Order: sequence, then C-alpha cells, then structure tokens
Amino acid sequence: MSILLVIFRRLVHAFLLILAVLVLNFLLIHIAPGDPAEVIAGEMGGATEEMLAQIRTAYGLDQPVIVQLGTYLGKALQGDLGQSFFYNAPVLELVSGRIGATILLVMTALLFAIFVGTLLGVIASHKPKGIVSGLVTLVSVIGYSAPIFWTGMMLVILFAWSIPIFPISGMYDITKGDDLWTRALDILHHLVLPALTLGIVYLAQYARLSRASMLEILGSDYIRTARAKGASEISVYGRHALRNAILPVVTIAGLQFGSVVSGAVLVETVFSWPGLGTLAFDSILARDYPTVLGILFFSSLLVIVANLLTDLVYRLVDPRIRMEG
Amino acid sequence: MSVVLDVKDLVVDFKTRAGNARVLNQVSLDLREGEILGIVGESGCGKSMTALSIMGLIPNPPGRITSGSISLDGQELTSMPAAKLRAIRGNRISMIFQEPMTSLNPVFRIGDQISESVLLHQNVSKKEAWKRAVEMLELVGIPEPAVRARSYPHELSGGMRQRVMIGLALACKPKVLIADEPTTALDVTVQAQIFDLLKNLQEETGTAIILITHDMGAVAELADRVSVMYAGHVIETGSTRQILDDPRHPYTRGLISCVPHLEDNPGDERPYLEEIEGVVPPLTELGTGCAFAPRCKHVMDRCLTTNPVIGRVSQQHSVACHLLKEKELA
Repeated sequence: MSILLVIFRRLVHAFLLILAVLVLNFLLIHIAPGDPAEVIAGEMGGATEEMLAQIRTAYGLDQPVIVQLGTYLGKALQGDLGQSFFYNAPVLELVSGRIGATILLVMTALLFAIFVGTLLGVIASHKPKGIVSGLVTLVSVIGYSAPIFWTGMMLVILFAWSIPIFPISGMYDITKGDDLWTRALDILHHLVLPALTLGIVYLAQYARLSRASMLEILGSDYIRTARAKGASEISVYGRHALRNAILPVVTIAGLQFGSVVSGAVLVETVFSWPGLGTLAFDSILARDYPTVLGILFFSSLLVIVANLLTDLVYRLVDPRIRMEG
Repeated sequence: MSVVLDVKDLVVDFKTRAGNARVLNQVSLDLREGEILGIVGESGCGKSMTALSIMGLIPNPPGRITSGSISLDGQELTSMPAAKLRAIRGNRISMIFQEPMTSLNPVFRIGDQISESVLLHQNVSKKEAWKRAVEMLELVGIPEPAVRARSYPHELSGGMRQRVMIGLALACKPKVLIADEPTTALDVTVQAQIFDLLKNLQEETGTAIILITHDMGAVAELADRVSVMYAGHVIETGSTRQILDDPRHPYTRGLISCVPHLEDNPGDERPYLEEIEGVVPPLTELGTGCAFAPRCKHVMDRCLTTNPVIGRVSQQHSVACHLLKEKELA
C-alpha cells in the first residue's frame, strides 16, 4: 500500500477521533460540578440573580446542553474555539500562544529520554550482570517510581539552590538582550531543569525497555551471523542489534506521548513554564470551560499527530511493516 | 592434498548449573584442501560446538576452550587476539547455519548484508561491494539478482534465504566453509537443491567444506571423508566408502542401520525402523569409561572403566573402540 494512501486513511481516522474527543470533553465538563456564571460573577465582585441570568444569556449558558454542543462544534469546525470567560480573549489565541512552549518542553524531554535511555540500555545489555547494568536498573527504578514534582523539587534544590547554575522558573529572562541568539540560548538555559524533570521518568522506562530488548536480540541467530561475518562488537551492538531493539522503544514512545503531555502539566506548574500545562491548571481552577476544552482539543491533536509520526517512523525502521496496511 | 584446517585434541567446557559439561573431549579433525568432510552424529553430540569453536564463536561465559589447538594454514586460532580473529572470520573461514529463516537480519536488505561482509574484509568501495553482492546472488542461483539484492529477508522463501546465506558466506572466497545442518529446516525438494548448490560451488571455487549433518544420504552423496561424533568425542573417521561399507564402531553401525532400506524386505512387509536403544548421556555425568558403553551391544568390562583411544584400522580409517584391539589380538 502506498504511503500516501496510508497517511490519507490515518487523517480520516484522526478527524473522526478529534470530533469524538470534542464531544466527549464537552459533555464531561458539563457533568462536572461548578457554575461558570458564578465564577465570572465572583471575579466581578459578586452579582445579583438578574446579573447572573444576564451573564448566562451572554455566554449562551442558558441554552440546553445539546444546543450548546451543536453551537460549539459548528464554530470549532470553522476554527473558532470560543471566548475565554477568564482571560476574556479568544481561546485559539490563548492556546496557540502557549502551545509552542509545551511542544518545546515535551519534545526535548522525550528526545532526551529516548536517546539517553536507549544508550544506557545498550550499555547495560553489554554485561547484563555487571555493575553498570545494576546501576542502570537502580537509577531506572528510582527515576520511574519517584513522583514528577518530587524529582522536580530535588533538581531545583540541587541545581538552582546548592549549585545555582540553572534558573528555576519561567522560560526566559526579560532583563537579558532580546536579539534572537541571546534569547534562544536563554530559553535553552531555562529549559534544562524542566526538561530533565519530565525526561527522567521516561528515560528510566526506555533504559529498561531497550536493555531487555537488546538482551533478547543479542541472542538471536542473525547476531551470530553478524559475528560470523567478522563484524566488530561495536557494529554488532550499534548496527545489527540496535536497529532491531529500537522497535519496541519507538512503539512505546508513540503510545506514551499522551502521558508525557499530561506529565508536562505538572512540570510546567512546578517551574512556571508558560505552556499549555499552566494554562490548563489556571483555567480548570477558574471553571473556564472554553479554554479547558480548547486545551484538551490541542493536546489530543498533539497526541494524534505524534501517533501518526510514530507510525511513519516505524515503517522506516522496520521493513516488514511496509507491506501491510 | 595439504591440510587446510587442523583441529587437535580440542577440549571445550561449559559451566552449567548441573556442573561442568565437557562438550568436546579430545576432538581431532583435519580438513584437506578442496574436500568435503562430513561430520555426523545425533543431536547434542558436539557437531555444532565443533563448528562454533573453529569460528571462535563459543558463547563465553559459560563456554571456553580448555585445551587443544585449531590451526588454519598453520596459523593457531585458539590463542589469536579477537581483532585478528575477526579479520579471519567471514574472510578465510565462514559458516552457514541451520536456520535460514532467522539467520539474516530482518531490517537490512540482503544486498547490504552481503556487501557488508565484502566491505569488512576487502579494500573496496561501497559500489564495488554491492556489485560483488549481486554477483554472489547470481552465483547461488537467485533469479534477477540485481533486483533481489534490494529485497529484505522476509520477502524470500527459506530455500532462497539459505542461498543468500551461502552467497554471504562465500563472498570473500574463503578457504573453509562450515555448513551446520544447512538443510534441516528446509523442504525435502529444496534440501536436494541446496546440497547440489554446495557441491557445485565447492567444485567451482575449491573451497573446502565441513558439512555437519545427520542425513546419511547427504553424506554418502557429497562427502569425501566422514567423522562420526558421539557425546563430544570423535569416535570414527574415514573415507565415506570406508565408513559406509565397513563401519567399525558399534555406534557408526547403528547410525547407518537407522537409514531404512525398503529393498531389504521384498514383499509387502515394511521393515521396522532400526534404532539405537537409549539416549546420549548428560555431558555432566560422563565417567571415565566409553561414553557409548551404556548403549553398546558389545560392551565389555574395560569399556566401563577406560575410554578407548583412537586406533588405526588403515591409513585413512581410524576408530576409538576397544573392539578394534580385541580383533587385532584375535
């Protein structure tokens, strides 16, 4: 099957999936307790019953839920995700202003976790009963079991307090110059701790996964063939074994993208990283339905795109998949 | 004919939970230029271990070569540093395996897998190596070799994959090719094709072949000489004719009579399949006597206490059995 047809089919699936996500989120958020009109009124310093009714009419909250859903979907399909109650700005503008920061954080953490994790796994597989392997397992178990906010705080204490080399919050320092190069370096500097915090959890998983997968592959017949050819150990590990051992890592990375995005909510909150996570946190507290819905929509979109990319990468890495649909 | 590969008194031990297993015990073999030497024996008798020892591919730990020597053209392999050994593997000695379905790397094109071997051992460009890979595919009888070189292993049948393996093994024109049960996993019709291919290539290239098999028919057809192994020992060696027509060791006789012959029993009655009673003993529990003694019809007192040494029947034919001495004395 041609790759274009595959992509087309996946896009149709993705569209239906996003529609389902929108409906489900909309209904869920209306089942949840709390009245946005009261929150808005609260922000204004309290209101009478008439004013509350007025707010409800203004935002369409007096309509039956099904009508609200219809209106929302109709507008969403035209690219209008509504107006934030809390920030009083178009949701699309709010979300698109923040999504870049989240993508930067998530991708850095994920790529760091995949590369370093796999590397550790490969090293550990060389001597599965050796000290390095034991150390990797130990660090993995700690990294995997520690809650993200705890890891975050520990890193802050270590690298921002005891040895103050990294900033602890925000994305850049406005007192520094704002030419492109300085700003980029400054963002990278601010990115280190949050990305590390988010990455460590997944790094541990990829190290375990790639170690196990390498050990399995190293026992296979084609590895013996590679050695019989006279290939060096570096080539046996790095070329013949790794190309095969990376397959489960790619699969899991794709599946986990969603959980990395939700992990980012916590990390962004701890480090005041101006991404979707902090926005989500604030808008949930403010019962800001349109914004929460918009964030859920965009994060689902991120996960769907990530899964599509995973699929394509998988096809590149494993020739056996290319033939099938 | 001069000896290309000389294995002398090779001892290989494996550490297992049940204790030390001596998987090869005083194994001696010699392979002469351009010949096919068959190694036969039951599963677990040490055939494949002999092959892996020669290749320097024994998994270590748990295995190790305890003593003995393996020399290729006079060069000792057992004490050779890893890097030098790698330069020999796949170049001057190469090997094909039992399982063609799993012996090729699933994520690389077959052309790349063959040219990798060429690039490792010869100072050629990638393009030349690829050209060589296509030539090899043509040599082993793959149709449309230039197109097929771009295929991945899963796109080929078992027989085709074994052809690719043979092409891979012969890409650097080795002096010695070890074929470890190359047809066990294949259909009977394909088995014959692979044997024919090996025979033809051997005649064309002059590569000496060690053919490990338990197919006595294949041995009769292909091998110039045969070594019979049992429980880590070489118990009989001779020309194919000597071994098939005049086997001296009771185990060799048993092996040969296991091959059914319909013509022996004219009429409707089918012959019972002959078998050798019992099984190969666990290698961790070998005593000082002959390893075959518990299954031997001619067992004598001293078989249980002393392991027989190799004795000569004739110039070419040697056997390790106490019966030989008895007969000579008689």
